[in-house]
Amino acid sequence: MSSTKKLPLWKRAQAHSLFWPLATLALILAVNASLNPGFWVLQWRDGHLYGSLIDILNRAAPLMLVSLGMTLVIATRGIDISVGAVVAISASVAALMIGGTLVINNGVPTHVSRFPMPLAIGCALLAALACGLWNGLLVAKIGLQPIIATLILMVAGRGIAQLVTGGQIVTVYYAPYFFIGNGFLWGLPFALFIAAAVYVLVHLAVTRTALGLFIQAIGINPAAARLAGVRERLISVCVYAFCGLTAGIAGLIISSNVKSADGNNAGNLMELDAILAVTLGGTLLTGGRFSLAGSLIGALIIQTLTSTIYSIGVPPEINLVVKAAVVFVVMLLQSADFRQAVRGWVVRPQAANKGGQA
Amino acid sequence: MKLEPKYMPLAATVSLFAAMVVFGSVSYTGFFSAQAFLNLLIDNAFLVIVAVGMTFVILTGGIDLSVGSVVALSTMVLAALVEKQHWSLWVAIPLVLLMGTLFGGFMGWLIQRFRLQPFIVTLAGMFLARGLCYLISIDSISITDETYTGMAQMRIPVWGDAFLSLSAVLALLVLVAAIFIARSTEFGRTVYAIGGSEHSATLMGLPVARTTVLVYTLSGFCSALGGVVFTFYMLSGYGLHAVGLELDAIAAVVIGGTLLSGGVGYVAGTLFGVLTLGIIQSLIMFDGSLSSWWTRIVIGALLFVFCVLQRVFETRRKQG
Repeated sequence: MSSTKKLPLWKRAQAHSLFWPLATLALILAVNASLNPGFWVLQWRDGHLYGSLIDILNRAAPLMLVSLGMTLVIATRGIDISVGAVVAISASVAALMIGGTLVINNGVPTHVSRFPMPLAIGCALLAALACGLWNGLLVAKIGLQPIIATLILMVAGRGIAQLVTGGQIVTVYYAPYFFIGNGFLWGLPFALFIAAAVYVLVHLAVTRTALGLFIQAIGINPAAARLAGVRERLISVCVYAFCGLTAGIAGLIISSNVKSADGNNAGNLMELDAILAVTLGGTLLTGGRFSLAGSLIGALIIQTLTSTIYSIGVPPEINLVVKAAVVFVVMLLQSADFRQAVRGWVVRPQAANKGGQA
Repeated sequence: MKLEPKYMPLAATVSLFAAMVVFGSVSYTGFFSAQAFLNLLIDNAFLVIVAVGMTFVILTGGIDLSVGSVVALSTMVLAALVEKQHWSLWVAIPLVLLMGTLFGGFMGWLIQRFRLQPFIVTLAGMFLARGLCYLISIDSISITDETYTGMAQMRIPVWGDAFLSLSAVLALLVLVAAIFIARSTEFGRTVYAIGGSEHSATLMGLPVARTTVLVYTLSGFCSALGGVVFTFYMLSGYGLHAVGLELDAIAAVVIGGTLLSGGVGYVAGTLFGVLTLGIIQSLIMFDGSLSSWWTRIVIGALLFVFCVLQRVFETRRKQG
């Protein structure tokens, strides 16, 4: 592995961490294109681009954001299963505070929101950040297992979201808010710019500073990292807080997209999709190695898969079975024991049989 | 009287349950009656069964996130076989139980053989089982079979006017069997040993691999049986049945005093965990002014308190 320079281009590409995620994405796109002739078509209409690809990018934005936060959490050997609930909380706070009506003053229609939009967005993000901080403190200060610490918020979070909305689906009537999830900038969906901005910020933070190294160190061995002088607890808290924040932003996009917030269903099963996206992107669930770009591609793979399933007229329910199959394949491929077993089956069947019984 | 530290979490749960009963009895008329308690068991019979399976998994230090969907899949297969294919109940029920057992066994095999994380394997199992439900039908299939409705409405008198349902009796039988298995069999002892330290258990020559697979198999069986009991309760099969049940089951096990790191806990504690969850619901229902979503918040808060308590016990155990 150390002499990658001598290897042919093909081998070098294969060794790149983004090779398999990109190959998977390309395969799914190819399947899509063969089933749907108009798949690659992009049209310029009303000042922005239209097409299946744009649609997929737009819809993938919330999942991309959540996956970015989840990547860092998983890199520290943690997991956050409360992101779906945090999406619901953030969406509920934003929708409730904005509300909004269309008032006609002297024949001029004006949009009126309950609170100024920046304030509402700020509060929603603050609530999400607080959720993330809570998770982080439980993990880093009290020392609960990440899955259990975040399970608490996963259970209680939807209750809290329903408490905020009074158990109702809160509809938003304030048009400027719709720009977040439905607007276009320079021909592309605005939500995509949000995801890209967050990605660039995190990417710079982990590559230009030692933060990325610290996170990997924690993931490989928390105790050793602490002994080496890494402020493990502080970084863990920050990572969970960041994960909460990205879920909060995703909540804004989702609620703006559907123009309402449903405390019970917003972001349902999103934690699972995010974990799947991160895994597909090549980040190991055991921590220590992560790829932010991989997670973005993972999110795109999931969204493309979902779109494919919808577009070919297969009942959308099969989505779950397909996702399950993908998870099974990916986790088996990630397992060293599995690769060894397969090598045994392929290369030396007799030896493998002996090994299997031992 | 000095309580052994290992009984502390269990004692905390039982006291909490007792305190809630006293609070409910004082605050609301009609809260304190024999039937009210039996109803707790009747309404939560499926949760008791599922949580018992989960207890074994958590005792080994693992987790099973697929239980809710396996319950849903069981209701779906049962309903489809009985209503659509007109199979006999006595063929359909064993088949469903076998299916759940194999499903759990398969996940256990993956976890054990390929050293995969239980969390991610059972997560995939969760997707798969829910997806399979929708492959059968996306609509709810109601069960109208006469034997079935008869079994569902069966009332087994206990004393006076008080009665139990068939599902509650099944839950109690599972509970008793599980307590026996945990306390008095090699399997049970191995489960505790794996939770204490898998490495030590292997060095001691215990059948760690077999037991790990069996624990998930058992959980799969319990989920399938929970699904059968759930159909007595709902008289239908539906892909959206029992959404979030895995969380309730984990919460019940934790509140019942089983340490999430494995190795410490009692099956009987899980019963009290389920009853505590049930009584929270009853209290909120009797109060009337609180909305149902408070249930989830209170369960979350309880989960928090118990997890923190567990941490305190754990650190003390290590220091002491």
